[in-house]
Amino acid sequence: MKISEISKLLDAQILTGEDASDREITSACCSDMMSDVLAYVKDQGMLLTGLVNSQVIRTANMMDMHCIVFVRSKNPTEEMLELAQECGIVVMRSSLRAYVACGKLWMAGLTQDTEDCDV
Amino acid sequence: MSEAVKFRFDVDGSDFSSAGAASVMVKKKLRQLGYPPEIIRKVSIAMYEGEINMVIHANGGTAEVEVYDDVIIITLSDTGPGIPDVALAMQEGYSTARENIRTLGFGAGMGLPNMKKYTDSMEIDTRIGEGTTITMKVYL
Ligand SMILES: Nc1ncnc2c1ncn2[C@@H]1O[C@H](COP(=O)(O)OP(=O)(O)OP(=O)(O)O)[C@@H](O)[C@H]1O
Ligand SMILES: [Mg+2]
Repeated sequence: MKISEISKLLDAQILTGEDASDREITSACCSDMMSDVLAYVKDQGMLLTGLVNSQVIRTANMMDMHCIVFVRSKNPTEEMLELAQECGIVVMRSSLRAYVACGKLWMAGLTQDTEDCDV
Repeated sequence: MSEAVKFRFDVDGSDFSSAGAASVMVKKKLRQLGYPPEIIRKVSIAMYEGEINMVIHANGGTAEVEVYDDVIIITLSDTGPGIPDVALAMQEGYSTARENIRTLGFGAGMGLPNMKKYTDSMEIDTRIGEGTTITMKVYL
């Protein structure tokens, strides 16, 4: 699924990285614990989270992810967005709760590879 | 073995918001040097876990990365409290992190085992009240 389609589906606003919104995402994960993302995630291209700090961006960078969705209208700071831009990560914000956002993505077919991931 | 490329960073223990910044920089440099993505991922995850540990458990320290043709060596040194029982600290799920650390997204007790998992060798030299030095190697 393209990042642009994901943003539509989640009614999410892309905050940085708009120009990369053609990129395909084939799998995702959702967590507020960066420890768990680092330990259990394998090749998930996208992270949904309700945690807002610079370590969310850095963790996604370490895991070679392409996209971060902040749920529940959480607002990243300018500094976080700049960091994401440097790392080539698309950041979007959705007003949906994590549970609903994940449910929508799953229903829309974003289910590939998720059996490899424990988060 | 040809001349090594070396990076050295001071890791500020008083500012959580910058924790992990050195690892982001190393990742960028290794990409510029053209290393394979899987190698870069191992090095950067292991270093990042260690860097975060230095900030949340040891009040900061220094991080050094030496890049050779056949191996990348990461050395993390701090002058923190030391680790009283390394075998226990290495267990998945063991953490002394307080609730305030968990609200920042860390403190699941997964970092040290993850560092071991992603590197080919890991040595922990720790002294109570003096500090901890962790040396990790990833072979190419
Ligand atoms: N540099 C260090 N100095 C002192 N103690 C440390 C250091 N690194 C780790 N520890 C101790 O070892 C424990 C386990 O570390 P580990 O990285 O596995 O988990 P954590 O940091 O508590 O949580 P997580 O890494 O999942 O966010 C820590 O809770 C801490 O007590
Ligand atoms: Mg840790």
